[in-house]
Amino acid sequence: MHIEIDEISKAFGTTAALHPVSLSIPSGALVALLGPSGSGKTTLLRILGGLEFPTSGRVLFDGQDATGLTVQERRAGFVFQSYALFRHMTVFENIAYGLNARPRATRPTKAEIARRVTKLLELIQLPDIGARYPSQLSGGQRQRVALARALAIEPRMLLLDEPFGALDAKVRKELRQGLRDIHDTTGLTTVFVTHDQEEAMELADLVVVMSMGRIEQIGKPADIRARPATPFVKEFITA
Amino acid sequence: MSDTGQIRFRAATEEPPATRWTLIGLAFAGLAILVFAPLIAVFVEALAEGAIEAVRSLASPDARDAIRLTLTIAAISVPLNALFGVAAAWFITKFDFRGKAFLITLIDLPFSVSPVVAGLCIVLMFGANSAIGGWLVAQGYPIVFAMPGIILATMFVTFPFVARELIPVMIEQGRAEEEAALTLGASGWRVFWTVTLPNIRWALLYGVLLCNARAMGEFGAVAVVSGKIRGETATIPTTIEMLYQEYLSVAAFSLAAVLTLLALLTLLLKTLLELRHADQLAANHRH
Repeated sequence: MHIEIDEISKAFGTTAALHPVSLSIPSGALVALLGPSGSGKTTLLRILGGLEFPTSGRVLFDGQDATGLTVQERRAGFVFQSYALFRHMTVFENIAYGLNARPRATRPTKAEIARRVTKLLELIQLPDIGARYPSQLSGGQRQRVALARALAIEPRMLLLDEPFGALDAKVRKELRQGLRDIHDTTGLTTVFVTHDQEEAMELADLVVVMSMGRIEQIGKPADIRARPATPFVKEFITA
Repeated sequence: MSDTGQIRFRAATEEPPATRWTLIGLAFAGLAILVFAPLIAVFVEALAEGAIEAVRSLASPDARDAIRLTLTIAAISVPLNALFGVAAAWFITKFDFRGKAFLITLIDLPFSVSPVVAGLCIVLMFGANSAIGGWLVAQGYPIVFAMPGIILATMFVTFPFVARELIPVMIEQGRAEEEAALTLGASGWRVFWTVTLPNIRWALLYGVLLCNARAMGEFGAVAVVSGKIRGETATIPTTIEMLYQEYLSVAAFSLAAVLTLLALLTLLLKTLLELRHADQLAANHRH
């Protein structure tokens, strides 16, 4: 799905988290929102997911105005920074949550839900952990379960907030490839937030560098490396 | 290392034995004097003239009415306070709004206001001399010196227990799980039942049990609003006081023993539930 961000701004009280920003994300792209903390990247992601509403501006999905859509209507698969798995549910129940939450008319049968959860567990290469609780999983496993849970609702896009932030360096490298593979298999438009320039450059097709609520540069990793548009970008990507 | 003597390694937080034993001894002495001795004294006094006499005093109409009234009051005010407590805690922790700090202070108010004052406020508001009270009495629904007044007084005094127990737990848990459920398409109501409530159930249970213990034991506010009419508005605590004033020590202490047993039952219930759901508690890794 093609995502168009049109002059979106966001203020919390008197502080501006986002100055009007515009961004076009082509369908099927894997995009990184890169910037230090306080740059507005997470706010922008939450606005896309419908968890936050912009003070002004519009969001368009495939050319249709989606600004007023509720979080449920957006059908965005969202992976939270600390994964936010339901701690009192098993992995199976976590992944099935979105399907069980559907209205009766569109809800799949029990058997169908079980089939889909099993398939997703295979996709994240953890076929045997359905009966476990989140507290019994490693950080990397939790991240993958969160990804499977987001994918279960057949989302229109995938939004990830610092998906590798809570992991150690080795697991982080493995899961980067995991996300790339899942993106390539599903073909979903994917936006992830990161403060790690190496991660953004290595994984994304398109990198959006942000600072102080503004977009500093949009470009392919190689272009940003070769031609940083502002002194900030230059300093940030060499840091 | 030196070979002349044995080196003892001690954790930095470990105190010398003398200090340790003194502190433990003091704690035990305090507990014995303040908690166990009065507890035993209640039962000893109740059984001073034998078990038969104690049971006979409990079988008297006044005592039976008091027990029935107290249980009814608790059965009504505790669920209502659980409901209000959950609503207040949900509202305070899941939304940002102006005047939040003020609202939290307001919830704590019953802890700092003397129950007698709370009772007087209810009398002033709903007594027969007030506009609302006068009208209600004329309609045949008196509040003061009747059950509604006792329920109001009990609810006022026990209001903070559930909310106070839930707010820190819900703040610590944050909103991420609720947000995740929303992005997965769940409605607000569904999120509450499937995510919020299961996450707070143990804190809720704890708050409800504390609330219940206090609701059954409340004296000051209830004494003011109830008028202590025997067989009608006298609860267990107010009846105990009246019996004691009349030098009916066996009857007073027998009833006190019943109240104590109810409190102990509450504690037992909490422990049992914790044991029974140990697996879920482990998955919760919070308790």
